[in-house]
Amino acid sequence: MGSWIKDNGPSNNIVLSSRVRLARNLCDIPFPAMLTKEDGSDVINKIYDEEARNGVFKGYKLYDMQDTGFVDRYALVERHLISPNLAVSGSIGAALISSDEQVSIMLNEEDHIRIQAVLPGLQIREAWNIASSIDDKVESKVDYAFDERLGYLTSCPTNVGTGIRASVMIHLPGLNLSANIDKILQAVMQVGLTIRGIYGEGTEFIGNIFQISNQITLGRSEEETVDNLTGITEQIITKEKEARGLLFDNNRIMLEDKVWRAWGLMTNARSINGQESMKLLSDIRLGIDMGILKSIPVSVLNEIMVETNNASLQKHASIELNSSKRDIIRADEIRKLLMQQI
Amino acid sequence: MQCEECGKRPAAVHIIKIDNGAKTDMHLCEVCALQKNPITLKANFSMQDLVAGILKSGSVGPFKVDIVHEVKCDICGLSYSKFKTSGKFGCSNCYKVFGDRLNPLFKRLHGNIIHTGKLPSKAGSKIKLDREIERLRQELQSAVNNEEYEKAAEIRDRIRDINSEEQEEHDGQLD
Ligand SMILES: [Zn+2]
Ligand SMILES: [Zn+2]
Repeated sequence: MGSWIKDNGPSNNIVLSSRVRLARNLCDIPFPAMLTKEDGSDVINKIYDEEARNGVFKGYKLYDMQDTGFVDRYALVERHLISPNLAVSGSIGAALISSDEQVSIMLNEEDHIRIQAVLPGLQIREAWNIASSIDDKVESKVDYAFDERLGYLTSCPTNVGTGIRASVMIHLPGLNLSANIDKILQAVMQVGLTIRGIYGEGTEFIGNIFQISNQITLGRSEEETVDNLTGITEQIITKEKEARGLLFDNNRIMLEDKVWRAWGLMTNARSINGQESMKLLSDIRLGIDMGILKSIPVSVLNEIMVETNNASLQKHASIELNSSKRDIIRADEIRKLLMQQI
Repeated sequence: MQCEECGKRPAAVHIIKIDNGAKTDMHLCEVCALQKNPITLKANFSMQDLVAGILKSGSVGPFKVDIVHEVKCDICGLSYSKFKTSGKFGCSNCYKVFGDRLNPLFKRLHGNIIHTGKLPSKAGSKIKLDREIERLRQELQSAVNNEEYEKAAEIRDRIRDINSEEQEEHDGQLD
């Protein structure tokens, strides 16, 4: 299981994970969308050659998409190791995943190479350092598509320059419950960052989990990008703590009721769908942070968040699950994980 | 083909002007075409708007306009007009081929048109060496012009050293 799922990190009660992704391409070869199957394998073989297998990628596992079933692909998506885009891509894509699941390298996704590092809590700079050092090692073997004026050349003009996408996954129930989330969304967008809900669509943010990331990649250095996102995230953490404190002081019974109901449902339900469990899990996370519930390791909460998604449930099941069967197994899993903590 | 007006940017628009029976041909870049044939611009104009605007004015004025040669990447075959609809490049060479006409897009997306971040150590050192060689070449030229032959020989040796250094580095990468 990935480090961001099982380990603790700074400000982990609010920031679930920090991620940095670098987009890179080889020069003189069309981008993956225009690649033939053969040239696609050449790209993979170039980057994952004998030397790399025993060097920079020692202990990494290669997932060739053409040999990976859809259930396994989506289980990787649910653990945030590959993008949905790679999972649905044809047969030329592949992923290299480190044994601690901190690092994953997607090959032939939108770009030839996408290096990603994910860490628990607020550690954007650390994630950048890890991704950048792997970038250096890959670069020593191949010739990158790089332009003196435009930087790293990418398939999409939105990534050209540094090719960096830094992001945090952040849990904001206090701001959402106190109806302040819209203000935060607007403020974040004004400083050139994007924010979106991880679960749910449109204006409904199921589970109060958001992803904030940079948009600008040209004319802003990686350090500036990382510092900017870190600074904004720190401000949001302060606001979220304030909102949680106010809720606790002014609406204590309402808050306790919400948390205990969530606990009651999650430890007793015999069938539960993904949306409901995400909502209740948010209440439980909040309850633990506010001292309403006794402490449960963040790893257990993250395991519930990740391992009770559809593909992960299917992966561990011996038969093909329909949605009602899945809801029953999900409820069983959640009960089992939470009851171990009492 | 370069723009006949400014000679700096690639020609993208072919304007045929018929004035009192005399026909004049012009191959212009987007910028100069706009100045020659001003049209009302939307706040956020695109190449499509521009061309459409020029084409429209052709139906009322003595102008007949068409796009001469589609700009097309010689490596992957992606045309600029296809790029305008897909929004994705076909290969890294597309950036070079589409050139400066991409700047408004970069400006809109990023607010910038120049990379300021990380340099790959390899390309980075090559860029640095290329710049050094360029500087030395200019020094060499002025030394020759001033008939400082001893100095010129020195500079030439330094250029040769850097070139062979670069070559060695390149060979090193091959094995
Ligand atoms: Zn011109
Ligand atoms: Zn191309």
